[in-house]
Amino acid sequence: MTSFAAREITPGAEDEYRITVTVNGERRVVEVEPRLLLAHLLREGLGLTGTHLGCDTTNCGACTVLVDGTPVKSCTMLAVQADGRQVTTVEGLGTAGELDPVQEGFSVEHGLQCGFCTPGMMLSARALLDREPDPSEEDVRWALSGNLCRCTGYQNIVKAVLWAARKEAGR
Amino acid sequence: MTALDETAIGGLGASRRRVEDARFVRGRGHYVDDIHLPGMLHMEILRSPLAHARIVSIDTSKAWEIPGVRLVLTGEMMAQRNLAWMPTLSYDTQAVLATDKVRFQGQEVCVVVADDPYIAKDGCEAIVVEYEALPAIVNPEQAAAPDAPVIRDDKEGQTDNTCYRWAVGDAAATERAFAQADVVSSLKLHYPRSHPSPIECCGSIADYDAGTGKLTVYMTTQAPHIIRAAVALVAELPEHMIRIVSPDIGGGFGNKVPIYPGYVAGILASILLGKPVKWIEDKSGNLSSTGFGRDMYLDAQMALRSDGKILAVRMHAVTDQGAFFADAQPSKFKVGLLHSAFACYDVPVGLITAEGQYTNKAPGGVAYRCSFRVTEAMFFQERMVAAAAADLGIDAAEIRRRNLLTDDRFPHRTAFGFLVDSGQYHKCLDLGLDAIGYEEFKRDQVAARERGRLLGIGISTMTEPLGAGNSREYDILGIKMFDSAELRVHMTGKAILRTGAKTQGQGHETTWAQIVSHELGIPADDVIVEEGDTDTAPFGMGTYASRSTPVAGAAVAMVARKVRAKARKLAAHLLEVSEEDVEWELGRFYVRGAPERGATIQECAAAAYSNMPDGMEPGLENNAYYDPPNLTWPFAVYIVTVEVDPETGVWDVLRVVAVDDCGVRINPMIVEGQIMGGLTEAYAMANMQFQTYDADGNQVGSNYMDYLLPTAWETPGFELHEVVTPCPHHPIGAKGVGECAAVGGPAAFVNAVHDALASTGVRNIDMPVLPDRVWQALQDGRDVSGAPPVRSDS
Repeated sequence: MTSFAAREITPGAEDEYRITVTVNGERRVVEVEPRLLLAHLLREGLGLTGTHLGCDTTNCGACTVLVDGTPVKSCTMLAVQADGRQVTTVEGLGTAGELDPVQEGFSVEHGLQCGFCTPGMMLSARALLDREPDPSEEDVRWALSGNLCRCTGYQNIVKAVLWAARKEAGR
Repeated sequence: MTALDETAIGGLGASRRRVEDARFVRGRGHYVDDIHLPGMLHMEILRSPLAHARIVSIDTSKAWEIPGVRLVLTGEMMAQRNLAWMPTLSYDTQAVLATDKVRFQGQEVCVVVADDPYIAKDGCEAIVVEYEALPAIVNPEQAAAPDAPVIRDDKEGQTDNTCYRWAVGDAAATERAFAQADVVSSLKLHYPRSHPSPIECCGSIADYDAGTGKLTVYMTTQAPHIIRAAVALVAELPEHMIRIVSPDIGGGFGNKVPIYPGYVAGILASILLGKPVKWIEDKSGNLSSTGFGRDMYLDAQMALRSDGKILAVRMHAVTDQGAFFADAQPSKFKVGLLHSAFACYDVPVGLITAEGQYTNKAPGGVAYRCSFRVTEAMFFQERMVAAAAADLGIDAAEIRRRNLLTDDRFPHRTAFGFLVDSGQYHKCLDLGLDAIGYEEFKRDQVAARERGRLLGIGISTMTEPLGAGNSREYDILGIKMFDSAELRVHMTGKAILRTGAKTQGQGHETTWAQIVSHELGIPADDVIVEEGDTDTAPFGMGTYASRSTPVAGAAVAMVARKVRAKARKLAAHLLEVSEEDVEWELGRFYVRGAPERGATIQECAAAAYSNMPDGMEPGLENNAYYDPPNLTWPFAVYIVTVEVDPETGVWDVLRVVAVDDCGVRINPMIVEGQIMGGLTEAYAMANMQFQTYDADGNQVGSNYMDYLLPTAWETPGFELHEVVTPCPHHPIGAKGVGECAAVGGPAAFVNAVHDALASTGVRNIDMPVLPDRVWQALQDGRDVSGAPPVRSDS
């Protein structure tokens, strides 16, 4: 743990709660203040800085992670609410040797520019393809409508997700 | 031996996949908030809740009592160190932390530094500030009223709220032309205030090392060298002991050019505490206090012959500057490059006058995806042309045909002094009209109208000046607007390139390597690109105003040519011939008349370290500072079709066609990405994105719940087309492109909606063309102003 909102952990301190979260398949036991946001636990507590913070009001979606497979904006979920749950961040997409098709699609179709919205965007896309392997363009646009991008104009992001869908279907 | 295939090595014209993506798609970007230094503290800003108020007292004692709070700074404490005020990029001053008054809602009043940001926020909440409210001024009309309170009473000699006055053109000749006009077409409108709003907010980590005396600041800045110079001036630190590092940036769009109070307060906090201090702005802080764009009023007339030929234009612009004049713009021009209006048309004379007014709103007027107010210029121009066409009953495409410069007119000196050097305007227009099916749409439109459906088509054509300087005319705070590149080729023929620009999504790491590849034949994958660290990068003016490719990109080509010149000497040595007998083809020198005898660029690189001729300085590296002879002049045609719902005023985009001539394209994939991003900004500004203030100066749109940005759902699809007219003075023929669509696009959307309403007699609905405004216009057939409200009690 780094210093952020956790400082020195005092075991049994009254204002801290011990929680167990499985992050990218790895079981993590941490003590957190009740007010600590999940996004800050991931970024500062666990050093997973791929989850970005954009707006603090649940609008931009840069902080999107998957909680038990569902896209969640981690800037408005408390860390304690993730107790006992499975969290997937961008660092959990793909493997060391191989990119997830969504990651590959974003690069192939130039679906990113500054890269700041990209992790959240990809996790929303991943959740879509997990429930709908053959989405229409309209499906993709609707599924990503909670994630803002200021660089790309979305057209290439949509193409990237459809590319990933095709790749996963072996087409 | 066959010559290299340039596309295969990732050279000019290759849609090379971006090297940046490898880290970004893995979540391994390196943005400022991702940096964690040992012992780092966190800073938060307490902002003013009022737009205009005298500070009666500030009590910070409760904040100091909170465990974990390390420092609280007030304006008074800053003033003791001569840091309460700082210079802006437009020769004004701006409060770092307020001392006397607050002048806009969201202004920085105190900062709290603590062990973590949660505690720092607690500290801000514990500070008690007593204010005495003053009347708020929320638009330039109020500001110019004779009895208006003086907002900038801190400035000696400032007796009213006027910030600047500026004029360009020939007043007498313009009057004469108007006197001879068959028709005078008038238009008044407001280009609303809009915030660039990159998803990543501003932030910094100031790290002052008392042991070495060196200050390192990791910072979200598009212009690290300008910041270093400003910090040297403001903090009175020696420039060689300041290192500004701009890591990955989560979007800039002009918002990350200025120096902000948070940076300065963070630096002082680090110096006082001897520890690194991180400040990461929240979204409402970003939207309510950092550089906005636009907020300009136009009162314009156009003199025309009855056949649609433009004889003269007269434009008066009033800018709402907010509390401090903080435009990031070339110092010679007080309202940016507004005078680039009508550069694509044959307009013999004109007059532009402008004035700025201080108001109780956030400071700025930054170049938001814009080459210094050209966005307003081109919007005004294209709305004026559309209005004139409607007034004369001339088709919107036809009036452009009659006035656009023809190919034989270049170079062309505009009425306002620019030299427009190249373009194929009519070819681009025809291509766009063809692509959208203009004549067919016009027929469909008539038929649809008979059935009660409102279809509209809007055209926008424009050329804009991108790539400031030249250094004769363009400087910021006296620093000439050139740019730079340094290239070092290692002994194995791999290379590192550094420039004075700073990428924020434009893909410099990818495209600069392609220029090197084009010039030297080194595969692009063998060239690594670094930017943003003032200790290692050559001095440059940074990335904004679409200036990277025109200026830094040119420097890349020039430094590569210098390196090639030395490699030629090495090749002559290796081939044992005189330099004059050495010929170049991509990636290889060979002996004239004996092409089989050659030396590759890699062999030359090896020789530079292992086998140089006697007397030659070892190594293969160089630098280049590039001062462009002129701006670059891309041309674009944007055509939009819409359908307006007469019951609700909602308009849907049917099609968007873009024809962009940005000269030679280095990486077509990236260029198209830039155009689509710009078109989305254009759609946003036309449709939904704006900031306004109520009569008390409360900002509406200071968070993403109120500040609407388009999502994937609303954003239309785009059809892109290309024409290539190489820039005559750029070393590889490229022109700027990053903001063309954001500059020229809005008028196409807005003109389309007005075209749909043509039968109502409505001449102008201000942006954003919201459904309720359209509905109102449909109800009473009158124009709809979007100007901010006037105080109810005045």
